Amino acid sequence: MSETTAIAGAAEQGHHAHPPYQRHHFETIAQQNDATNFAMWLFLLTEIMFFGGLFCAYLIYRNWYYPAFVAASHQLDIFWGTLNTGVLITSSFTMAMGVWCAETKKKSGLVLCLALTFVLGLAFLGVKGIEYHEKWEKHHIPGLHYSLNSFLNPSTDEAAVKAGDDKHPIAADMAVHTELYFFLYFAMTGMHALHMIIGIAILGFMLVRAQAGAYTNGHVTFVENFGLYWHFVDIIWIFLFPLLYLISRHPQ
Amino acid sequence: MSEANQNHNQEHHIVSPRVYLLIFGALLVCTAATVAASYVEMGPLNPIVALGIAVIKAVLVVLYFMHVKYSSKLTKLTVGAGVFTFFILIGMTLSDYMSRAWGRW
Repeated sequence: MSETTAIAGAAEQGHHAHPPYQRHHFETIAQQNDATNFAMWLFLLTEIMFFGGLFCAYLIYRNWYYPAFVAASHQLDIFWGTLNTGVLITSSFTMAMGVWCAETKKKSGLVLCLALTFVLGLAFLGVKGIEYHEKWEKHHIPGLHYSLNSFLNPSTDEAAVKAGDDKHPIAADMAVHTELYFFLYFAMTGMHALHMIIGIAILGFMLVRAQAGAYTNGHVTFVENFGLYWHFVDIIWIFLFPLLYLISRHPQ
Repeated sequence: MSEANQNHNQEHHIVSPRVYLLIFGALLVCTAATVAASYVEMGPLNPIVALGIAVIKAVLVVLYFMHVKYSSKLTKLTVGAGVFTFFILIGMTLSDYMSRAWGRW
């Protein structure tokens, strides 16, 4: 398609010479890059507000039902959370290197970087799957045979004992609000995971295209803007990790 | 238009792998720091330290991985507008909730 555009462009009298991937309604390729970059950031702004609403809900409910949120957050395993943070940051690094490979026209480097990012993304989802499975087994999925046992009888729950909750069990009327913590936990990490799944699907698409020589011909816009998306998803996790896993380890 | 063209020239700045590697290292160090800090009893400071480190990590990602440091003024303004709107969402909502329950905590 781009080839025919170039031929048609060259055939026209007085038409400016430009790369085949420049759309005709842009004056220069720089203007086209600016416009697409701006559009991508506007999309990311809507994403900030979308996740912002979830973060806001989490902050308010954590303040209201503080003891329940503290006890429920002790059910998350810092080991898995830290591992996943490392995996995601590494995938952001490989993605950034992928953008560099595209900019410097290194085809095999780009394919390698995209493949690594793809695998690391899947690894993140795998760890998330292990964590979700544990919640399923302990009946900590809200609305689905949700069980308060870990919070009403903390001495029978390994994670609760480890956090010292068996010495100060929360009242039954507070314990019911742990379900709200898990609702927000699944909403936030679930929406994040959905973004990862979409990202991994696009990575697969780019992997096939990159092997055919795309993105290393000077037209890096797609890789660059996907990089922005991937880093944005990383930033969401950078905030989810401390809020969900870390900040309730030492309740006053 | 000439000013816009200057911005275009800036936009083609290619961030070197050395910078990416440094930022990657800094992000890993920050992750280790935030996990370590969560095991230290600091009272009300625990969430503040955790969120502070998260903000540092996010700023590093935005400036370097997302190239905002080397981007046009339009991009910088857009990012700034996003953060500002997000703070309105959080700030106005929280001030409403907190002032309604004032003195009844």
